[in-house]
Amino acid sequence: MTETVLSVENLGKQYVVGGADQIYGSFRELLTGVMTAPYRRMKKLSGDVAKHEQFWALKGIDFEVGQGEVVGIIGRNGAGKSTLLKIFSRITSPTCGKVTVRGRVASLLEVGTGFHPELTGRENIYLNGAILGMTRREITAKFDEIIAFAEVEKFIDTPVKRYSSGMYVRLAFAVAAHLEPDILVVDEVLAIGDRAFQERCLGKLDAVAGEGRTVLFVSHQLNMISSLCTRTLLLNNGTIAQDGLSSKVIDQYLKTLAGGKYFKVNQNEKFNQNVYLKNVQILGPNLGGATSDGMFSFDEEIKIKINYKVPYDNYFVAVTIENSRGVKVLSSWDSDDGSRPSLEPGQEVVVLFSIPASHLAPDSYTIYIDVDIYAHGRSLTHETTQNLIEINEIGFHFQGGRTVKGSRPLIWNFGGWVYPDVV
Amino acid sequence: MTATKIKDTPTHQGVDIEEEEDIHDRYFGHEHVTIIEPAKGWRMLDTKELWAYRELLWVLTTRDIKVRYKQTVIGVAWAVIQPLMTMVILSVIFGQLAKIPSDGYPYPVFLYAALLPWAYFANAISTSGGSLVASSQLVSKVYFPRLLIPLSSIGAGLMDLAIATAILVLLMLYYGVGVSANLLMVPFLLIALLFTALGVGVLLSALTVAYRDFRHVVPFLVQVWMYLTPVVYPVSLIPEKWQWLIYLNPMAGLIEGFRSAFLGRPFDTSALTLSFLIALILFTFGVAFFERVERRFADII
Repeated sequence: MTETVLSVENLGKQYVVGGADQIYGSFRELLTGVMTAPYRRMKKLSGDVAKHEQFWALKGIDFEVGQGEVVGIIGRNGAGKSTLLKIFSRITSPTCGKVTVRGRVASLLEVGTGFHPELTGRENIYLNGAILGMTRREITAKFDEIIAFAEVEKFIDTPVKRYSSGMYVRLAFAVAAHLEPDILVVDEVLAIGDRAFQERCLGKLDAVAGEGRTVLFVSHQLNMISSLCTRTLLLNNGTIAQDGLSSKVIDQYLKTLAGGKYFKVNQNEKFNQNVYLKNVQILGPNLGGATSDGMFSFDEEIKIKINYKVPYDNYFVAVTIENSRGVKVLSSWDSDDGSRPSLEPGQEVVVLFSIPASHLAPDSYTIYIDVDIYAHGRSLTHETTQNLIEINEIGFHFQGGRTVKGSRPLIWNFGGWVYPDVV
Repeated sequence: MTATKIKDTPTHQGVDIEEEEDIHDRYFGHEHVTIIEPAKGWRMLDTKELWAYRELLWVLTTRDIKVRYKQTVIGVAWAVIQPLMTMVILSVIFGQLAKIPSDGYPYPVFLYAALLPWAYFANAISTSGGSLVASSQLVSKVYFPRLLIPLSSIGAGLMDLAIATAILVLLMLYYGVGVSANLLMVPFLLIALLFTALGVGVLLSALTVAYRDFRHVVPFLVQVWMYLTPVVYPVSLIPEKWQWLIYLNPMAGLIEGFRSAFLGRPFDTSALTLSFLIALILFTFGVAFFERVERRFADII
């Protein structure tokens, strides 16, 4: 193992949670209660509280991180991830235990800390840089790089309050990205901004990790963790539940989450107002069916069951799938391939649309289902409904044992593979 | 800093780095070992760390100055108008109407010589009092010595003080008073004033974090304190045997001291010494208290 740059021994952090205020039974109690309230609040604010009001956010944390390791930290909300990072970055002090850090720590618990809306981009770069621990000289040396990364050259002397939120975030991240710490501590900051921006930040983080720096990375986005980190810590109720290879820990974590749902559907059920589109159901993949560990196998399908009333005019039923970046990944019309039988107008029918789940890259998708009625090439009316689905990459069961990493195309596994010469 | 790459061996440290960056390096360098432990009780102010963060102090101070008059039409002119108008109003009320004595000096100069340091002090303690809470975003997201925040808001006021001083010079020339060797005392008085403002401002800022009551206390405190300080009246108005009482208020001695310096009258040395001492005690206590509660800020802010 390489040199240890971070060692944590028996670390604990205790918080005070607000106990319920007293309920007064009588006027006399109310009177004495109100009179003594300032004293009670004072005690509480000074940190002198009863046992039941104490809460251990972290307890008995022990681990070491070697130089150049990229460690992911996962866990549910309230597991203590952020508290741990806050202790590493010295924002809050632990209640017990000890942390030894070798080298310069930079923590990115938020993008754009200390940005002042009235100041210009240029002024904010110096301000934010200084807050993050860069010297003026360092910032000046990297100034051009920073504005190039942020793509705000033209607006560098405009107050940032006039920036679009995208520009603001880009500038803020650009400053942070040009820090040169030994240990970089990152909390969920990549959850902001659009996907394109997230990818870029991820690339930058990857580069930082590649330079041999140590990175601690908290995220709820497990695909980011698995593609960036080799080692992952799973926190549960303030203790380390698991520490090991990312893929194993993430797997374990997913199993503990709500029965291990790799495919989540957020069904839209408002059809009352509709004349034509009566109901839509998203069925499958058939969870836990094919393989024992709750993953879905390669050929399982996402089935969409659509109930509609056949209109009197020309119409089509369409399914459009849009990914989280807003890119339309797929559209399909029921009338296009001539498979629609002749239907009696006014009758209610069911149509099924299906695609293999493995064609969709892991992401969250919005599925639009439309009934569009048209005449003379113009749309007369249309009814639509949206459903959200989430496909988690860990849910895939690849035959060859391949793991998901690196590039993310829009469509996966489309087309067929044939070895014509092998019988 | 930029010269040292992460893969450099420790022997490279300090070789190609200039002397002045030495302390900075001790706190930000690649070989710096930080031990994070629960901190308990009183502790010493880490002046070396403060020095390492001096650039940030400068940046925060200039930020406060820059922001103050952004998007105003007359900008820095406000720094002139505010004390000038206060001076005119108070001169009319206390000098003309109430006929408060001014030790034989023209009332406007007599008042302004005291109003100048007082306005700085009042402004410094009220802005620094709320400064930590106003910067809660910073406090809960990034580490640096918290003391920098109230320090920077106290520092930013110096700009206004400098501008307001220009008016005093004009007044002194107009009334033909005060150009004397006494002016040499001004820097020392200023330092004592800074220390007092720091002590009180830092204390109030720390208290406001835990007890937001102080938000409501501070404006009131400033008002009461002004009347307990000989700003609009001379100390000579108070019976001689009770004068020591007013000098327990460090601002009283300092304000009278500034007046003596600007008006060219003899200093009351014993009063001044007492005020200096109390200012020092206030400063020490304020900073010590701040350091003691600093580590809880992020949890309770």
